[in-house]
Amino acid sequence: MDFLTVLQILDSTVRLATPLLLACLAGLWSERAGIFDIGLEGKMLAAAFFSAAIAFTAGSVWIGLLAGIAASMVLAGLHGAASITFRGNQLISGVAINFLAAGLTVVIAQTWFQQGGRTPQLPSDARFANVELPGAATRIRDIAQQGPLGQIYSELISGHSIIVYAALLIVPLTWWALYRTRFGLRLRAVGENPAAVDTAGISVVGLRYAAVMIAGVLCGLAGAYLATALNAGFVKDMSAGRGFIALAALIFAKWRPWYALSACLLFGFFDAVGNRFQNIQLGELVVPVQFMQALPYILVVIVLAGLVGKAIPPRAGGEPYVKER
Amino acid sequence: MDKMPKWADIILIPLISVVLALVVSGLVVALIGESPWRAMQVMVQGAFGSAYGWGYTLYYATNFIFTGLAVAVAFHARLFNIGGEGQAAIGGLGVAIILLGVAWPHWTIALLAAILFSAAFGAAWAAVPAYLQAKRGSHIVITTIMFNYIASALLVYLLVNVFRVEGSMAPESARFAEATNLPTASDFAGFLGFGTSAPLNFAFFIALLACVGVWLLIWKTRLGYEIRAFGQSQTAAVYAGINPTKIIMITMLISGGLAGMMAINVVMGEAERLVLDFVEGAGFVGIAVALMGRSHPVGVVLAALLFGALYQGGAELQFEMPAISREMVVVIQALVILFTGALDNMVRMPMESLFLSLRRRREAGQSQTPAE
Repeated sequence: MDFLTVLQILDSTVRLATPLLLACLAGLWSERAGIFDIGLEGKMLAAAFFSAAIAFTAGSVWIGLLAGIAASMVLAGLHGAASITFRGNQLISGVAINFLAAGLTVVIAQTWFQQGGRTPQLPSDARFANVELPGAATRIRDIAQQGPLGQIYSELISGHSIIVYAALLIVPLTWWALYRTRFGLRLRAVGENPAAVDTAGISVVGLRYAAVMIAGVLCGLAGAYLATALNAGFVKDMSAGRGFIALAALIFAKWRPWYALSACLLFGFFDAVGNRFQNIQLGELVVPVQFMQALPYILVVIVLAGLVGKAIPPRAGGEPYVKER
Repeated sequence: MDKMPKWADIILIPLISVVLALVVSGLVVALIGESPWRAMQVMVQGAFGSAYGWGYTLYYATNFIFTGLAVAVAFHARLFNIGGEGQAAIGGLGVAIILLGVAWPHWTIALLAAILFSAAFGAAWAAVPAYLQAKRGSHIVITTIMFNYIASALLVYLLVNVFRVEGSMAPESARFAEATNLPTASDFAGFLGFGTSAPLNFAFFIALLACVGVWLLIWKTRLGYEIRAFGQSQTAAVYAGINPTKIIMITMLISGGLAGMMAINVVMGEAERLVLDFVEGAGFVGIAVALMGRSHPVGVVLAALLFGALYQGGAELQFEMPAISREMVVVIQALVILFTGALDNMVRMPMESLFLSLRRRREAGQSQTPAE
């Protein structure tokens, strides 16, 4: 395997890790405020459909992006209403949102486009183009001519969609907001001990809604990326379990932003390797592609089993907050 | 003092929630420009209008009884088993192993073996999440979701590499021997008009038996009492000498076993071989069924019947009204989960205040009479 092949796998790792990363950060915001979110998958799927559908009809990917984010935020609002206002079970609400998105996207797609539950193929101006950084070579023949540093620059660093760079920026932004601002401190406190935050005269409900809505925006970005950058249009169930892999990454990262980046890159790498090689030959042993697909889930179970440190979730996670009267 | 009479809690509130879910579904149908009334008619006619329809409705209901009971049993211990999907898939693996591995002389013994193996395999798949919950406190919802995906990858691998018939491209096992085939509805209830195409089979009775079994277990045995006590209050249960590890383990093993037994209906009864993705979301429907049925076997049977009808009616809907996609059923299912599960308090709070004000008025009326 030559250097350029390795770079190509890493390049596709970054592409495949981006939706995971955005969804994982969404889960991080929500769960840090004490709201479990297993509806990441559904929000991502809804955003994928609406971004593709609106981008196709409006002919502009940016309007599509806004529509995707709006759809995801509507579902986030529903999750907030169920789990904050009506103090329902957050997990059941998440399950309902996943099914709602899985069903509604196909039903609406069939009504709008009559193509069996998918959107038409998006033309190039309804998709996010790849950003070519200055001085980067774009053709594979030119890249192969460059030195190692040039190859890294042209193949790995340059040539992603704008959302990839945005997602990478959101990691330090999330870290800064959660650990270096008053809002972040309060938000984390709401996830650990909401009664204390309430006693200090700060609205638990307001903070939790804020966190859930931020998660909605991030899931919207993830979904829009899937349908308008990674692919050219929406197909049924295109999120394909990525919301749950993001959840796995979140646990793997123990609810911390920088670790979330590494976990998502790792899981993206598994995906990239699984895509490129069907079965991997390790000496006598053949690693089947299904094993690579299941690896993120297996790793999480290992982490949860306490074999690699201990994953401690925010203490008030999943508990509706009842103000004492 | 209860805020509401018991009948309101177990009948009225679920009913209102389901009606709300159906009304919203009707709105969705109206929004995509079709008539909700006609859609409803087509679905009811498709599900209940013929022996053919009943054959499918009850077949689907059989699946949902198993997975619904699985979720319901876990709910009693306040455990949320979202892994029915994976446990059923692995249960199917157990059925395939025992039916392909042994030359069974008659379907009755084969059925007993299949029940044992499907339940054991399903339970085994629930054992690791249960252990992690009991010993490590890692959330059972997360681990069971992970195990769903691991099960699906494992099943694909085994079907492609181990079970696949030599020379065939289809990822499915060989057909089970003729002798192990369960009697279908046309065999035991042909007089009711069931044709040979109806997938309804003997597993339906196993599902009903399982309901009786779960009812006995939860309300008539010491273990059931412990499970319910643990679900009501973990700390109180521990002070009463109930071992939490034991309760979590046993409850999840029973839950996983019930989910695994779904494979008897699909793998042994209908497909008569192990096929890819045979669970088809039934594990998740079980969540809606258990929520709607208030985790009681009778409620589970009724809810399973409703969802069986939805699935069969939804299939008919696709033929009669092509503008409505089959996924409409998934939307209805989601709305039922949303209203009966997550938004329960939205219905409950106004109902509680309604009953409270009714009672207050009645008490006020009584206290005024002697004064006059």
